[in-house]
Amino acid sequence: MPERKAILALADGTLYRGTAFGHIGESGGEVVFNTGMTGYQEVITDPSYKGQMVTMTSPEIGNTGINPDDGESSRPWVEGFIVREVWRLPSSWRHVESLDGYLRRYHVCGISGVDTRALTRRLRDGGSQMGIISSVDLDEKRLVRKAKDLPPIVGRDLVREVTSARETRWETGDWDLGKGYLPASEYRIRFGRIPKVVAIDYGIKQNILRMLVSRGMEVTLVPSETTASAILSKRPDGILLSNGPGDPEGVPYAIHTVRELLGKVPMFGICLGHQIMGLALGGRTFKMKFGHHGCNQPVMDLATGKVEITSQNHNFSVDGSSLGDRARITHVNLNDKTVEGLCVPSLRCFSVQYHPEASPGPHDSRYLFTRFHRYLTGEEDL
Amino acid sequence: MPKRTDIRKILLIGSGPIIIGQACEFDYSGTQACKALKEEGFTVVLVNSNPATIMTDTEFADRTYIEPITPEMVAKIIDRERPDALLPTIGGQTGLNIAVSLHEMGVLRKYGVELIGASFEAIQKAEDRDLFRKAMEKLGLVVPLSGYVRSLDEAFGVIQAIGYPAIIRPSFTLGGTGAGIAYNREEYEDAVRWALDASPKRTVLIEQSVIGWKEFELEVMRDLKDNVVIVCSIENLDPMGIHTGDSITVAPAQTLTDKEYQLMRNAAIRIIREIGVDTGGSNIQFAVHPDTGEMVVIEMNPRVSRSSALASKATGFPIAKIAAKLAVGYTLDEIPNDITRETPASFEPTIDYVVSKIPRFTFEKFPQTEDLLGTQMKSVGEVMAIGRTFKESLQKALRSLEIGVYGFDPVLPPPESGAPETRRKAIAEKLRRPNSQRLLYIGEAIREGFRIEEINRMTGIDIWFLENVRQIIEEEAALRDRRERFRGLGNDAKVPGDEEEALRRAKSMGFSDRRLASLFGMSEDSVRALRLRAGIRPGFRRVDTCGAEFEAYTPYFYSSYDEENEAAPSSRKKVVILGGGPNRIGQGIEFDYCCVHGVFALREEGYEAIMVNCNPETVSTDYDTSDRLYFEPLTKEDVLAIIAQEKPIGVIVQFGGQTPLKLSVPLEKEGVPIIGTSPDSIDRAEDRERFKELLDLLGLKQPPNGIARSADEAVTIAGRIGYPVLLRPSYVLGGRAMEIVHDEEGMRQYLHRAVQASEEKPVLIDKFLEDAIEIDVDAISDGETVVIGGVMEHIEEAGVHSGDSACSLPPHSISREITQEIMRQTKALAKELGVVGLMNVQFAVKKGEIFILEVNPRASRTIPFVSKAIGIPLAKLAAKVMVGKKLPDLGFTEDIIPGHISVKEAVFPFIKFPHVDTILGPEMKSTGEVMGIDSKFGRAFAKAQIAAGMMLPKGGKVFVSIRDADKEGMLAPVRMLHELGFRITATGGTADFLNRHDIPAEPVLKITEGRPHVADLIKNGEIALVINTPLGAQSKADSYYIRRTALVYNIPYVTTLAAAKAVAHAIFHLMEEDLTVRSLQEYHGAGVRQARDGVQGGGTGR
Repeated sequence: MPERKAILALADGTLYRGTAFGHIGESGGEVVFNTGMTGYQEVITDPSYKGQMVTMTSPEIGNTGINPDDGESSRPWVEGFIVREVWRLPSSWRHVESLDGYLRRYHVCGISGVDTRALTRRLRDGGSQMGIISSVDLDEKRLVRKAKDLPPIVGRDLVREVTSARETRWETGDWDLGKGYLPASEYRIRFGRIPKVVAIDYGIKQNILRMLVSRGMEVTLVPSETTASAILSKRPDGILLSNGPGDPEGVPYAIHTVRELLGKVPMFGICLGHQIMGLALGGRTFKMKFGHHGCNQPVMDLATGKVEITSQNHNFSVDGSSLGDRARITHVNLNDKTVEGLCVPSLRCFSVQYHPEASPGPHDSRYLFTRFHRYLTGEEDL
Repeated sequence: MPKRTDIRKILLIGSGPIIIGQACEFDYSGTQACKALKEEGFTVVLVNSNPATIMTDTEFADRTYIEPITPEMVAKIIDRERPDALLPTIGGQTGLNIAVSLHEMGVLRKYGVELIGASFEAIQKAEDRDLFRKAMEKLGLVVPLSGYVRSLDEAFGVIQAIGYPAIIRPSFTLGGTGAGIAYNREEYEDAVRWALDASPKRTVLIEQSVIGWKEFELEVMRDLKDNVVIVCSIENLDPMGIHTGDSITVAPAQTLTDKEYQLMRNAAIRIIREIGVDTGGSNIQFAVHPDTGEMVVIEMNPRVSRSSALASKATGFPIAKIAAKLAVGYTLDEIPNDITRETPASFEPTIDYVVSKIPRFTFEKFPQTEDLLGTQMKSVGEVMAIGRTFKESLQKALRSLEIGVYGFDPVLPPPESGAPETRRKAIAEKLRRPNSQRLLYIGEAIREGFRIEEINRMTGIDIWFLENVRQIIEEEAALRDRRERFRGLGNDAKVPGDEEEALRRAKSMGFSDRRLASLFGMSEDSVRALRLRAGIRPGFRRVDTCGAEFEAYTPYFYSSYDEENEAAPSSRKKVVILGGGPNRIGQGIEFDYCCVHGVFALREEGYEAIMVNCNPETVSTDYDTSDRLYFEPLTKEDVLAIIAQEKPIGVIVQFGGQTPLKLSVPLEKEGVPIIGTSPDSIDRAEDRERFKELLDLLGLKQPPNGIARSADEAVTIAGRIGYPVLLRPSYVLGGRAMEIVHDEEGMRQYLHRAVQASEEKPVLIDKFLEDAIEIDVDAISDGETVVIGGVMEHIEEAGVHSGDSACSLPPHSISREITQEIMRQTKALAKELGVVGLMNVQFAVKKGEIFILEVNPRASRTIPFVSKAIGIPLAKLAAKVMVGKKLPDLGFTEDIIPGHISVKEAVFPFIKFPHVDTILGPEMKSTGEVMGIDSKFGRAFAKAQIAAGMMLPKGGKVFVSIRDADKEGMLAPVRMLHELGFRITATGGTADFLNRHDIPAEPVLKITEGRPHVADLIKNGEIALVINTPLGAQSKADSYYIRRTALVYNIPYVTTLAAAKAVAHAIFHLMEEDLTVRSLQEYHGAGVRQARDGVQGGGTGR
């Protein structure tokens, strides 16, 4: 296959020339870097990346291809994928297609041969910014202009674009080597009480659902705009506020719903869900310079002093000082001291900024799902 | 958790001499640990028998014991020092084993010494196969099935559970004999019989074979709060079946999905918790079935390892340093990450480049053994290279190896010269049977049209790696197709866009100028000129642990051809020191020691010290050692790129051994300022004709000699100077292909077999001085003043390579007058050559006459030993002299003759190489060295022997078999042993001879004379010491078998008359009085203070 040139243009005028892969075309979004060394399939299928183009700092991408199990949703959501070197010939006993083929199938533009370290340093020093990948228009000036004209992420409702259209029951649990995903029935027999959990889908990663099921919970997934009363009418034992893309202030309806639910049903928020909870509690959020995207962020559980290596993907953060004594800060990021976890026992809710479901990333924080289960069954207090 | 305050004094155990499997990575980790603990205010007591280590420099510990690392000697140190704690995890397997013995002997309990880092129970659980398997089963993890058997019957019982193919491994052999593999009952029976015979304790381990599975390693760290992080994942390119130390490895792992990787990560965390390693690093190995992903746990090292050194260099995360801090109570979140300064060590490094490690082999030194890799480690060193892609890092690693390849150079003759079928067969054979050249043969296979699936089937190497090699070979072909275009570009023509792009692409794939030159049929210099004209230069990137997420402060760099350059050189006065590259026989840790001292000295003198090296095991490649570290191949191209970037005022080439020395002339031609002794002086010492003139000028003697450019000329010369003669090819190090021949027939054989004398490659012929004593002298000169560092007398007679011979400082047998004269001659040579820095001279003394064998105006292998013996850091002083200091300014003007005796002994890898004889000769074979210090020669020699692993007996039966020429000389030592109460047994002729001289000796059958013969006695443990000097050719096989059996059964043996005398002497002293221990600080007093002042003056002790 002949190589086709592609360009990545940033709004600040920086240009990166490379080779196209995936879809031949043009697309734009906020450019962010991810430092994970494994899990590109999980990254590109994570709905939280809606509106964003991701560059992997790890240089060799696509080595293991794409397999049927490792997606976090049913399709890729990144607006573009930027890598140093892409592998068209995958090597893995589980793969069914190449990264290139997969992205082509879903019309996602990729660019390889980019000095991704230079790009990362640019984003680190100058902050995240909008960019355009194109393999159809190679006019550099025009591309920079297009990048500048892209609407910013702040204040946008990207959740609407990724949430599920209708309510569904989730029936699979955790993945195991050689067995794949186990059905929910496998887990039900292991737990005495099976609490009913409603998960609000702001762009949920499926592994959250699998974690809930495998920790003995019955899970119903509802669209992001489902009202508080509709949720309460299902008489759930607990509510999970999922991860999702973009700015929490872009989804006022979600904040409103959560505010209505606070104190009525125990709640567990993850990532965007955590930010929405922070806002519903009366706090503020702010946009970070370049966010946290990777699998190696150290987080300390302030209750135990223990450190978890966490999987993260967010550009916004809850301002701890804005909450005053309305919430207890339970977890802190050891790199930049940002808030990583909140808890309000009186309102029966807790949340974490990072991804305890991992996928990709370390499983250090899976205990939070167990904690949620034990809280819902009354075995543990917050 | 804050630092523990209940312990104050900590004992560290080093790993001893460099051997295969335990190299200078443990000096790197030990030095880090010493520094970290001293920094925290602990009193550090260190024991290590290896003088060539940085850790045994007196400033790194409060008490430094260069003593044999045996439980008995360490117990004496404990008795003397009363440490509160012992950190057993930084001294390799040696450190761990000694800690276990001390625990089992009750020493630790008796003196109240706490094991920190890993408890006795944890060590046992990790090291004992059965306990480990049980622990894994408890966790629900799978280990390959295995069982010990003591008979054929038991073996047939065990195999039912294990199944074929199975691996059959004799136990307790010091890993010498390798392993067998059986695919059926017949092979199994044969292999078990063989293994039972090969095992000294008749115990054999049968294991389920996971040969061909993918192999991974994780480096895990845990703290007292039970925080666990994975520092690095490593994937072996070579699948299971080849020792990790001999495998090409890559970091991070490349062929695991996140789900698979996390399963492995979870397993590793559970394993370190279950085994109970409280703090510090562990290395855990896994095998993964390539078609099902099934994962088994292979083993765990509950300590810092070779892989953790590699992981530290690969990621920038200093495992040993952090392990030491964790051991004294800190937790990971309390320790800052040096590189980012702002973030804590409680994280997992992420890397945005690919690291490749390739082992370095020296099969050419052991022609009797086949170049075949397996479960027994055989490599003697390694290189690491960093590139933005695997292709770039792999090609950089290949040219770092210094084996004459600069990429995927062809290893077969050109295709025209053979039938394609023979070629394909030859390649297939090399692919199927793992060997040191296999990677290059994969390149050949792809050139020959093998499909990568085929290569995968033959090698078990993952498709991903093979596809990378295929792309490199494909690119080569494309470049070769354009050769006319490149050649057609004149010397100053502009490089057209297409060619520029092709060149840029090739460079970013890691192609060296030299490889491109051979593809284009041009010279390296023209390719370089072309490339520079096209504006293609490498940039440098920082190793930062975090994939650029945070700003890095640590100046640790690698080159690549991506766009940016992060080098940001300073405007300080700077000096570049070129390192020694991979360890090999003849060039090892001693040279790294000198480089590190050079760095320390330059920093003290206010220069910015810039280190260039590609050996991940070393202290020199610790980013904490120099001001700036470039982890790069030591080739002209790569070094020039660094020099262009840094613009140093000087480059030091005389510390790193032959590797940088070879570069001195090419670099000087490019205008690089080489400091120290001038390249012309080096040439004067190396060029035979000019050297002769030099000696004539000074009125000094050398043995009669000549240069032969043909076989006939060689015979004529030898006839003139008289046999025996010493033969060697010109310009070699480590005595490569050096031999002594006694007659014309031997000469002709040598010229036929080893080296064909020719116009371009002449053979040097020297009169061999039989029974002469060899003397080594190390001196330092500032161009005006010359000071002798040390005069060393070899124990073995002339003819044994100086690197293989034991030696004594000061000399123990030659007269004071001769020593004085040797010192005078050395000074005259240094002055006449205008040496600035270090110089080594080798002399031979025969019947009171002094001959000069060679002069090397550079750091020698003995510099660390001499520095330790006299308490003066010679290499450090030399570096200061090179930047213009004078010896009087440095306070070093007097030759030092210490009051104590220091003995150096060499350590050999024979056990790892089947079929290799253990006799010594002019070709160097040792991998490492140890030092013994005491007030008397006999005791110092005894310590050196014990440290080298020779357990000198105090009673029992000595087997003696000696050639006629040695018989008279052997009477004295054998009589001494007899008088000390040893019983003597000897083969027929020797027994008669001894009996005639009133030494009662029982006769024993030679191997060819029937049974029970001498080897049976050795195998049955009836022999305590073997004295066997090489016999005539007819019974060579016989005596070889005796030596080899003694080796495998770990019975002390000597193969020279001189060594027999020294051993008898040592045993006498051992029996007279128990050995005692004393620290270097006590031996030296003033000298140490001086050295220490030097260090503090410049404030290097970061």
